[in-house]
Amino acid sequence: MRTARAVLRKDLLLELRTLETLPAMILFSITTFVIFHFALNRETIAGQLAAGVLVATLLFAAMLAINRLFVAEREQGGFDAFLLAPVDRTALLVAKAAALFTFLVVLEVIAVPAFALLLLGPSLGPPLGGLVLLLALADVALAVIGTLVSAIAVQTRARDLIGPIIGLPLLIPALIATARGAGPLLARHGAGFPSGRWLAILALYDVVFALLAYAVFDFLLED
Amino acid sequence: MDQRPVIELRGLVRHFGERTALRDVSVSVPAGATLAILGRNGAGKSTLLRILATLLRPHGGEVAVLGEPLPRRAFAVRGRLGLVAHDPLLYRDLSGRENLRYHAQLRGLEMGRVEEVLEAVGMARRADDPVRLLSRGMVQRLAVCRAVLHEPQVLLLDEPRANLDPAAGELVEPLIGRASSATRVITGHDPAAAVAEADLVLGLREGRAAFVGEPGKISDRILRELYA
Repeated sequence: MRTARAVLRKDLLLELRTLETLPAMILFSITTFVIFHFALNRETIAGQLAAGVLVATLLFAAMLAINRLFVAEREQGGFDAFLLAPVDRTALLVAKAAALFTFLVVLEVIAVPAFALLLLGPSLGPPLGGLVLLLALADVALAVIGTLVSAIAVQTRARDLIGPIIGLPLLIPALIATARGAGPLLARHGAGFPSGRWLAILALYDVVFALLAYAVFDFLLED
Repeated sequence: MDQRPVIELRGLVRHFGERTALRDVSVSVPAGATLAILGRNGAGKSTLLRILATLLRPHGGEVAVLGEPLPRRAFAVRGRLGLVAHDPLLYRDLSGRENLRYHAQLRGLEMGRVEEVLEAVGMARRADDPVRLLSRGMVQRLAVCRAVLHEPQVLLLDEPRANLDPAAGELVEPLIGRASSATRVITGHDPAAAVAEADLVLGLREGRAAFVGEPGKISDRILRELYA
């Protein structure tokens, strides 16, 4: 955990210094909401449509962070420096997934209220607790799968292409579960809490991919 | 000098795709000795250093560092190696002090050691500047700090004095020079300087060991052939 904490601290410090990832994610999300506002030609949206717009936007914004997650390691020798240290390599997976999770949480703290202001018809207040839980589980899936995909993509010359090509299909089940779970929450007079079924699917997806990432991550760092 | 080999290569082979970067390279380096690797650009010097640093896997032959076979026991030697590579392995947007603190945390070292090495190379006053704002010579001094932070037993030095002026060269000397008492493997763009500080010379030509022996036995003709 000491190693993971050191890498996470370094990653957050680098983001604070460069502001290369989070502002791009936030700007992308808000711009997308504005585009949907005009493209759908509706003052407000609700229910499954609102859930789809919100979740798809967050997913594509997450791809921006996923594509950049290992760039500093690749371009500035961070991989070599880390591999030279006598540490468990899984710490890099844990730290990178935690960094990505943090970026997603910060994004959602800004993007979800912006979505409510720009597009959402019903009030965000009543279902907020359920939505936070649903998004937290979705963020774990995004963080774990995103880290795995980013570690693969960064080794290639076409990393901006490889990330979405591999990542988006892997994330479709999480997208479905999140959107279907959020639909009733964002409906007029909708539910206050997401269905246990979708929460369970997301939680299972998180656990399966966390175990898979733990099993294969070491091999991704081999030359 | 302890004669037990700290580094032992037997028939080392390494490929990159269809190109063979190293073939049948054998050499043995005793504890505390300095091995100078000579050869023109692309001869395989950096590849050999990266294999010894556990960053590349050998594709044939046997490699042992500090008595541990690589790559199988790489984890056992990583904490005892220090590498100064072509790239400084420092984050450009962090300061020198932040970079070194990060490495100290990875290795479980006291932060006092960071200040110690910064003082030693005369970088304490510029240590809070982002690395991207520093001159190449200053970055190289920080790279040396990173490599010796954990007081490694084996130093792998790929042109370690590149971009250093004579004064900076003197500052890093106690850390990476003979006085460090580490077993050293060194490459350099100046073959005469590399030979002068070596106990053993390995001349590489197109990935093959064209010369292995004591520095006194390397003639001008051999040197010319290595760089032809």
